[in-house]
Amino acid sequence: MRDHTKLPVRVLMSSLAVIVFVFSTFPVYWMLNSALLPTSAVQDSTPHFWPDQFTLRNFVTVVTEPSGSIEFLPALSTSVIVTVSTVVFALFFAFFAALALTRFRFKSRRTLIVLLLVAQMIPAEAMIVSVFRVLDGWALINTIIGLTLVYLATVLPFTIWTLRGFVGGIPIELEEAAMVDGCSRMGAFFRVTLPLLGPGLTATGVFAFIQAWNEFTFALVVMNKPDTRTLPVWLNAFVQATQATDWAAIMAGSTLMAIPVIIFFLLVQGRMASGIAAGAVKG
Amino acid sequence: MTLALRGRRLSSRRRGELLPYLLLIPAGIVILALTGWPLLQLLIISFQEFGRAQIFGAAPGWVWFENYADVLTDPVFWQVLGRSILFALVNVVTTMLLGVLIALLMTRLNKGFKLLVSAGLLLAWAMPPITATVVWGWLFDTQSGVVNYVLSTVFGLDFIGHSWLIEPLSFFFVATVIITWQSVPFVAFTTFAGLTQVPGEVLEAAELDGSTGLQRFRFITFPYIRPVLLVLLLLQIIWDMRVFPQIKALQSIGGISADTSTIGVYIYNVSIAGGDLGAGGAIAVILVIVMMALSAYYIRSTLRQDEA
Repeated sequence: MRDHTKLPVRVLMSSLAVIVFVFSTFPVYWMLNSALLPTSAVQDSTPHFWPDQFTLRNFVTVVTEPSGSIEFLPALSTSVIVTVSTVVFALFFAFFAALALTRFRFKSRRTLIVLLLVAQMIPAEAMIVSVFRVLDGWALINTIIGLTLVYLATVLPFTIWTLRGFVGGIPIELEEAAMVDGCSRMGAFFRVTLPLLGPGLTATGVFAFIQAWNEFTFALVVMNKPDTRTLPVWLNAFVQATQATDWAAIMAGSTLMAIPVIIFFLLVQGRMASGIAAGAVKG
Repeated sequence: MTLALRGRRLSSRRRGELLPYLLLIPAGIVILALTGWPLLQLLIISFQEFGRAQIFGAAPGWVWFENYADVLTDPVFWQVLGRSILFALVNVVTTMLLGVLIALLMTRLNKGFKLLVSAGLLLAWAMPPITATVVWGWLFDTQSGVVNYVLSTVFGLDFIGHSWLIEPLSFFFVATVIITWQSVPFVAFTTFAGLTQVPGEVLEAAELDGSTGLQRFRFITFPYIRPVLLVLLLLQIIWDMRVFPQIKALQSIGGISADTSTIGVYIYNVSIAGGDLGAGGAIAVILVIVMMALSAYYIRSTLRQDEA
């Protein structure tokens, strides 16, 4: 804050800040609030602005009582397995590819880099039909492997692109020193480069996690049986099945789905915005 | 020592000729199999007659550009496309305006208030799109939604039992609120990061020379952050044109789907729900082409930074 700013201006700025804060956080607060209130209180004509009839019943309802075929736990386990596999494989595959693209000069390297960027811009909405057909041909519809492969293909271009930057930041001399000491090329990659890649792996891993956990479009098409749903599709189906009436339970489900993402997001947020800005200003 | 290193490096490079290709295999196979191959399939389907009969095993016949001709002469397609463009335009303008204003606000706040704004924006940004849509759907609920309550009791308006999602225009208003709420943080943070790179001395010099705040923004700050804003604008257009989860989930909550489909939802309806993969494929190819054309500048500028 500059010292010469007049008091009224300062008050105005601070009030604007508070308005932005309230507008940003109120929906999240309301989600928690409704999740912690009994269904009857949520349906009152006068809203309860804080959980004055605190209960955890909605969470129990969501987790234990399936409404029809809309079970939470199978969806949770599908989501967890698909997300974890996507993250693990994406990190390994992207690490290898990033090494190839930074540590070697070979023909068509440039083309591959351009293709990585182009692949990122292909909209999932356009691909649902053909991805469904391709997976169907391989009998991978409604399988965890099928959805994981789709997510891998979706996140890999970005993860490779990002990891490439991180690998580039590690001096090649370190690998060379290890090789002088008798390490093989791959040995140097695994023993020297990989351990130094911590921050890069965290950032890209969290990105892959959020993508796989939140993804809705492909999951809706590829996992079309009630017992193979992922959480986002489950939430949508839950809203439809209750015809948007049992809001307390719906909010409890929403909370359960949002918590892991919010936690992971807070871990890496700094990198996400400053990276793109620094690049754009430089260019 | 240097010489020895150099020799070692060169020889390993020659010996490792095959290594980069080996390293690319896992990622390459996945991307080829689930992006490249489907993309090719999409192109093929879009040139074929591919309806319910073909889904159940009949051989698809080649109709070449018939699907495209059908789609391009279908008034519904143009309605959907126009709706998507208009919707994207409204969202992009709102998001960019609010995002830049909030970023400018953040540069003038003291530490505490800046932290408050950042924390709030971060929370909105972190919400999964489906969850955010469902939560906003609850806020705008007809019977017990808090928005109707506040509008009726605090502002004295007649909003008791008002249904927001039944009518397309107000449906899209709610969708715009949701999408703006989620995309403003990215724009605000990125713009703020760009603003911190504007040299303070230049601004101070201009201030001493008697320039107004608006002039300083127009002639100093804006040229500095222009590249950032351009990339942001482009990404927002691309993201908002193809918006799918929010519209689909809002349709689940509100129960109407006529006159509220954007291009992504339309592809889903035509191909998955309607079973006409040929026509759906043609629309999808058109969408890919439009997206690629829009992305060209972004890709070029990213590559340019990459070389720098």
